[in-house]
Amino acid sequence: MAKIHVTTTINGAPTEFLCDANQTLLDVLRDTLGLTGSKEGCGSGDCGACSVTVNGRLVCSCLVLAPETEGAKVETIEGMADGERLHPLQKKFVEMAALQCGICTPGFLVASKALLDRNPNPSETEVRFWLAGNLCRCTGYDKIVSAVMEVAAEMRETVR
Amino acid sequence: MSKAQYKWIGTRPDRPDGADKVTGRARFGADFNLPGQLVGKVLRSPHAHARIRSIDTSKAEALPGVKAVVTAADFPDQPNQIVPTGEMQVNLRDITRNIMAREKALYEGHPVAAVAAVSDAIAKQALALIDVDYEVLPHVIDVAEAMKPDAPLLHEHLITEGVNPPPTKASNIAKRIEFKKGDAAEGFAQAEVVVEHDYTTQAVHQGYIEPHAALASASEDGQVQVWSTTQGHFQVRGFCSRLLNIETSQIRVTATEIGGGFGGKTVVYLEPLAIRLSQKAGKPVKMVMSREEVFRASGPAPGGNVHVKIGAMRDGRIVAAECRVDMQAGAFPGSPVGPACMCSYACYDIDNVHIVGFDVVSNRPKVAAYRAPGAPISAWAVESSLDILAQRLNMDPIDLRLKNAAKKGTKTAYGVTFNTIGMVETLEAIRDSEHYKAPVKPGYARGVAAGFWFNVGADSSAAAHVGEDGSVTVISGNPDIGGSRASLALMAAEELGVDYNKVRPVIADTASIGFNFVTGGSRVTFATGLAVVNSVRDLIRELKVRAAKIWNVDPDGVMWENGMAKPAGSNVGEFEPLSLAQLAAQAGRTGGPINGHAQLNVTGAGPGFGVHVVDLKVDHDTGIVGIGRYTAAQDVGTAIHPSYVEGQLQGGAVQGIGWALNEEYIYNTKGRLENPGFLDYRMPVASDLPMIETILVEVPNPSHPYGVRGVGEVPIVPPTAAIGNAIARATGIRMTDLPMSPPKLSEALDSAALKIAAE
Repeated sequence: MAKIHVTTTINGAPTEFLCDANQTLLDVLRDTLGLTGSKEGCGSGDCGACSVTVNGRLVCSCLVLAPETEGAKVETIEGMADGERLHPLQKKFVEMAALQCGICTPGFLVASKALLDRNPNPSETEVRFWLAGNLCRCTGYDKIVSAVMEVAAEMRETVR
Repeated sequence: MSKAQYKWIGTRPDRPDGADKVTGRARFGADFNLPGQLVGKVLRSPHAHARIRSIDTSKAEALPGVKAVVTAADFPDQPNQIVPTGEMQVNLRDITRNIMAREKALYEGHPVAAVAAVSDAIAKQALALIDVDYEVLPHVIDVAEAMKPDAPLLHEHLITEGVNPPPTKASNIAKRIEFKKGDAAEGFAQAEVVVEHDYTTQAVHQGYIEPHAALASASEDGQVQVWSTTQGHFQVRGFCSRLLNIETSQIRVTATEIGGGFGGKTVVYLEPLAIRLSQKAGKPVKMVMSREEVFRASGPAPGGNVHVKIGAMRDGRIVAAECRVDMQAGAFPGSPVGPACMCSYACYDIDNVHIVGFDVVSNRPKVAAYRAPGAPISAWAVESSLDILAQRLNMDPIDLRLKNAAKKGTKTAYGVTFNTIGMVETLEAIRDSEHYKAPVKPGYARGVAAGFWFNVGADSSAAAHVGEDGSVTVISGNPDIGGSRASLALMAAEELGVDYNKVRPVIADTASIGFNFVTGGSRVTFATGLAVVNSVRDLIRELKVRAAKIWNVDPDGVMWENGMAKPAGSNVGEFEPLSLAQLAAQAGRTGGPINGHAQLNVTGAGPGFGVHVVDLKVDHDTGIVGIGRYTAAQDVGTAIHPSYVEGQLQGGAVQGIGWALNEEYIYNTKGRLENPGFLDYRMPVASDLPMIETILVEVPNPSHPYGVRGVGEVPIVPPTAAIGNAIARATGIRMTDLPMSPPKLSEALDSAALKIAAE
């Protein structure tokens, strides 16, 4: 089977890769490009551990075929920090112990950033429903939701 | 020492592995790769029970790109010998059959062969080319069915242990256990009120988000390296050594970061297969389970059938208690029925107790540990029954429990007498909490329940090394699942009197530190923490020797304070204190590298008690339960890093909420699992839940220098009954079978409504 040549932008960098027609974006990120921050928890779009954004839209990369990202802008957890400066969400997750084992954390961070990008003032209920596509088995979500709410409040303060 | 005097203990600094885990840099099981590695995949039985007449792998072996194929014939058979694994016991004869079926496939998903190939696609193709000739046998899934004399028999050799005289015929009942205290019959004769009910629970999965993964590289000279996501890399080494007849020193296992375990990663599935495939192929082999494989073939927690009878006086004093637990072991003996029985009444001081348990095999995957293994199953029954008793006596459920609470000096039914424990304090904490004092909101009802877990100690090793600049590396050997690096570093910083950020905790592989028992039993902060404290004390002893050499005084004349060597008294002489950096700089002249070591078999684990309270409402149309407010209180000893202690309470409570309301293994008539995915095996998501409030009751464990008790397991014990008790109070319907899922609850509500209509 001939490979497909894909030209895309990943975390701001022009990126080319070859893939099979049936390969997922997650497999290409992890196995071809070495971006292993996106995790495979289920491969069926139920756990959100592989969350990335494609053209700003939050998706499970295990449900996206890699060739679909031709010409697209893909953002993964590896692109979230700015050089040595962690994103406020990343900082707050550590500060507030919003992770235990950490396997779901990249997905939660990508999803939380996507939420705050479109809704800088979410209610607790909005945070909980937005993150309902991300499974965490360790924390009971309490500290994750608190961290997202607190970052939202701090970011609104900074904007003002 | 009171907590106020601690500088680091009880603070909430950033965890040492925090940045790695929020940037995607941390490497978990599936993130490890080696040059030239092959893809390993497992062929699994589609049948719940089948004799394997033959396996023909020739077509698979002939497929270009396939480098190795293994079946049971590639693994030496093992003796009938019990070895410990985590908190459970396993039989080597059974475990070699669990990693690869021999005579029979005993559950759907049971491995029958494995291949290693150059690509995922070729490996899958190879699996399809393996020809297994099965003789499908009648199967049994349900424990009550499996206990019947005419049930399909899993193991022709299985004679029930613990029965006198031993049965002459094999059965599916592996073991009978019994605990007795006082005289239950006499107790019931005195009792003024007796409650007696039957309860059931279904198998549930630990639900860690990271599937099992292993990478093995076997060299031609016999040396083996393994990278595995595990709660115990020493355990992986031990099992692989036994199962493959390789000396432990020849196997070096590195624990990757681990994406959750909860007990389910204390056993081996992929590692021995990956090693054997790597040996045969001469190349590294990487194996990663799919989510479906995790559900079908890794250890869930068992379901159980529990009969409870409790007798009390009208004032609420419990005078007699009985419990019988029939528990699923899965395909091989070894369910946690022992701890289920021992924990059943451990929260209470009862004179007359009789507990019986049965360990029963059936055509399900072999169960593995799951957070307080067994305890939630008996607690569901006992704590529900106590609520029925409280209602019968018209007593507050906390008062009833306070009246019977275990305390220092209480002798348990399993023979242990408690030292300092916090059951009473934890009940009082809930009674006095804002939550419990607040009126229940209209439309809601409130339930409470308690829970117990022993916690364990066991073997730990640790080392503390001073670098040439005076910074300190603390080395231990337990995978960090929930922030244990932070708790170990906090204790080391406290002990050494240096800044937390000067201490770097590292988890070493099996060749780089002495033996450590698994991360399990809520033991790491307690037992490995003690090893770390002792290694730092050993280091301080050495630092004092070095300072003494520099000052030319006796080592007894040196004291260690705030991270510095100081003269112990004015008679020693006038010397400027020596910092770690100064001592490190002169190490070459005073005896070389400065290290401390400790190795211990730790005893004195302090048991933990939890009390949970929940306010919930029931949607009568759908049977959906909405949790409005939830508070978990627990005696946690000393909270070393309170955020991660709270996290244990919150996470455990939510797993218990899932167990109560949704989670279950559903089998069809063919004995196949119908819901092997996160869509149909419904774990709690963020929108199902409120904030989980926590109350940390600090009753220090006298057997630990900082009063540490394990905290991880207790929180999963109370939730199911707390929720069932609230549902009973909300609806008048006492649910006795888990899960109390929307279809089951709405059915119960409908039939209750019909009954009322008929009357």
